[in-house]
Amino acid sequence: MSVGTGTAAKALADAFRPERVTIRDGEKEIRICAGTACHASGRPAVREAFKEQLAEKGLADEWKVVETGCHGFCEQGPIVLVMPEGIFYPRVKVKDVEKIIQTTLIEGGVVEKLLYKHPKTGERVAHEKDVPFYEQQRRLVLRLNGKIDPYSIDDYMERGGYEAVAKVLDEGDPDAVIDLMEESGLRGRGGAGFPTGKKWRFTRGAPGDIKYLICNADEGDPGAFMDRSVLEGNPHVVIEGMLIAAFAIGAREGYVYVRHEYPFAVQRLTHALETCRERGLLGDDILGTGFAFDIHINEGAGAFVCGEETALIASIEGRRGMPRKRPPFPANSGLWGRPTNINNVETYANVAWIVLNGADAYAEMGMGESRGTKIFSLTGKVQNGGLIEVPMGATMRHVVFDIGGGMLPGREFKAVQLGGPSGGCLPTDLLETRIDYEELQATGAIVGSGGLVVVDDTTCMVDLARYFLKFTQEESCGKCVPCRVGTKRMLEILEAIVAGEGKDGDIERIERLATTIKKTSLCALGGTAPNPVLTTLRYFRDEYEAHINEKRCPAGTCQALITYYIDEGACTGCTLCSKKCPTNAITGEKKQPHVLDPLECIKCDTCRQVCRFGAVKVHSPATV
Amino acid sequence: MSRRISKLVEEPAPQACPVPEIDLSLVAKTVAEHDPSSQLITIMQKLQGAYGYLPETVVDELSRQSGVAASRIYGIITFYAQFTTEPSGRYKISVCQGTACHVAGAPLIIDAFEDAIGVKCGCTSEDGLFSLEGVNCVGACALAPVVRVGEDETHGRMTPDAARDLVAELRTREVEA
Repeated sequence: MSVGTGTAAKALADAFRPERVTIRDGEKEIRICAGTACHASGRPAVREAFKEQLAEKGLADEWKVVETGCHGFCEQGPIVLVMPEGIFYPRVKVKDVEKIIQTTLIEGGVVEKLLYKHPKTGERVAHEKDVPFYEQQRRLVLRLNGKIDPYSIDDYMERGGYEAVAKVLDEGDPDAVIDLMEESGLRGRGGAGFPTGKKWRFTRGAPGDIKYLICNADEGDPGAFMDRSVLEGNPHVVIEGMLIAAFAIGAREGYVYVRHEYPFAVQRLTHALETCRERGLLGDDILGTGFAFDIHINEGAGAFVCGEETALIASIEGRRGMPRKRPPFPANSGLWGRPTNINNVETYANVAWIVLNGADAYAEMGMGESRGTKIFSLTGKVQNGGLIEVPMGATMRHVVFDIGGGMLPGREFKAVQLGGPSGGCLPTDLLETRIDYEELQATGAIVGSGGLVVVDDTTCMVDLARYFLKFTQEESCGKCVPCRVGTKRMLEILEAIVAGEGKDGDIERIERLATTIKKTSLCALGGTAPNPVLTTLRYFRDEYEAHINEKRCPAGTCQALITYYIDEGACTGCTLCSKKCPTNAITGEKKQPHVLDPLECIKCDTCRQVCRFGAVKVHSPATV
Repeated sequence: MSRRISKLVEEPAPQACPVPEIDLSLVAKTVAEHDPSSQLITIMQKLQGAYGYLPETVVDELSRQSGVAASRIYGIITFYAQFTTEPSGRYKISVCQGTACHVAGAPLIIDAFEDAIGVKCGCTSEDGLFSLEGVNCVGACALAPVVRVGEDETHGRMTPDAARDLVAELRTREVEA
């Protein structure tokens, strides 16, 4: 770390304990991703296997087994990196451990068949840096994710951590910090994209001695998990951003409102806050400068609407999380009626980088009014799912096809859904749309919090719209009529359509309701709830019409409108489907084509999933 | 007053709803460690964590200890998905209903669990063994569709077939335990 000459910089240098750095670049290490997805894919067993076998072979002193935060390539978990070479082993199983130890650790080679296969060329890729998923990203917020131990503050400090705080404290000019944020062009990453510097200025300028700072980590959009990964992988970068913001606006107390569904994030953040207090980075006299600030954690209790800032404040205050009318905005009257600044996790995580590298370097990335980078969680029917960070201005095609590796074999791209229940979808001919708040808004989609779900020809767009509306309807707090009743009526129409009971005029009724709900809802939950329906109507109206007029589901997924059958020509009579069928709807002799009885079939899809010959098919005939 | 009580004891016939036997001392302890005026939800989360659910007796005791009206506590319980007034089954099966899981077939997984357990999603089986619920995105989208058993056990890339096998496996686990 580099040290300045001010009080804070000196105090920071004293707080650093180099001997406690867990992960050092250039050392022999087995790095195992300890993100939620890798954990679920078997990370704990793989870690234990490495530890045991290294001990057995007497290599435990030479090779260290360390756990890092999320690498982002969740699709390929659990991910193991052999350092210092950076050899990348995806989807590692316990049985692979012995081979990796023997070939890579002892003999210095690579286990060819365990390496990542390039989705386009089919060649094996040995090093993490060459994996196309990483190669094409611009990792700024995620720069240390997967490279440090989230439980070690010293890992973070060794790589420049908290230097930005020391810098602003030594310079002692809160207005200059706000100017810097404004110049950088950073906008709120939670969805609405409000300029961060401007928000800070409002709170700083609001009358009152007591001001609060809130970090919104109530990441509720289904399909978005970047905030969780940042908190799990590098909690300090968020704390540092909050410290700088607190100094800029003059807050002494901060809250992180985090979903209780994210236990690892809560654990790691709690630990990080404790170490910060021990090292004098939180408390009454931060880095010896007299600046006082501390952070509490509030766990959300499971309510999507609490992502809305006034609802979130109500929840911290111990009430039902219902939004209220704005103005007054939280900047003037927020938590306990005091001026309050609320940003989300990713926004705070950008701050330290901007302070250290300057507003110009940040504004260099991006286009128009959208600057810097944005993290997306790329999921759905795409080859390389996971967490990606790209500069603003990248095209959707680049994200889905270059980084995401395109569609699963044999499947066709249909749409990409952005911004979850508040957002919309982009069809094939809008793939050149760039990631820019304004450009995306014009299409009906939004940048949103960064959930990016790719769907293929097997996803029914009417059902997808129904899915999102069901979500918002269930999560509606019930305070205002347009959202409470309007979304309910809209959902009823959509449910009838997917059940094959759509009527002439339904589309027009939906559109009328949608417009009213958008115009008259109290908060953004209701105000944006019709978006998924409106964009699917805009780009996939034919699918709605097929459901309503022909009682047909073109994607073949709406259960009421499909039947299963076995293609006699393709069936080899392997009997697997008939063995797996829970209702014995499939019969047939060995090595003879099987027959599926549609009256017994419960459409559970098991037969189609187990069939290795593609002989089980779905049929959705026009019945009208 | 005492006469009436003794009479009730003598005549056990008309029974009120059974009141679960719960050690309520934890309520006072938790309230003492937090400020109920600003940390009510945190207190409730601790109690829900300890008891597994928030039955009437706990709510009443919390109201007494904290001075917060029971109606307000119920208001919070019914608003937030985390809180429940009913005990959950031994194995709480949570099927993720995030977008990635939905497009990967989560509705079929729920159907399969409903079929295998014999209860609708959102209910607990009569033998108290299974609770089945749909949950909002757990953020493990790359493993869609995702199912959680309890808090720690996660199953990714589920299929209806695997769901039925999982129920069978949990039943065996229960017999062996």
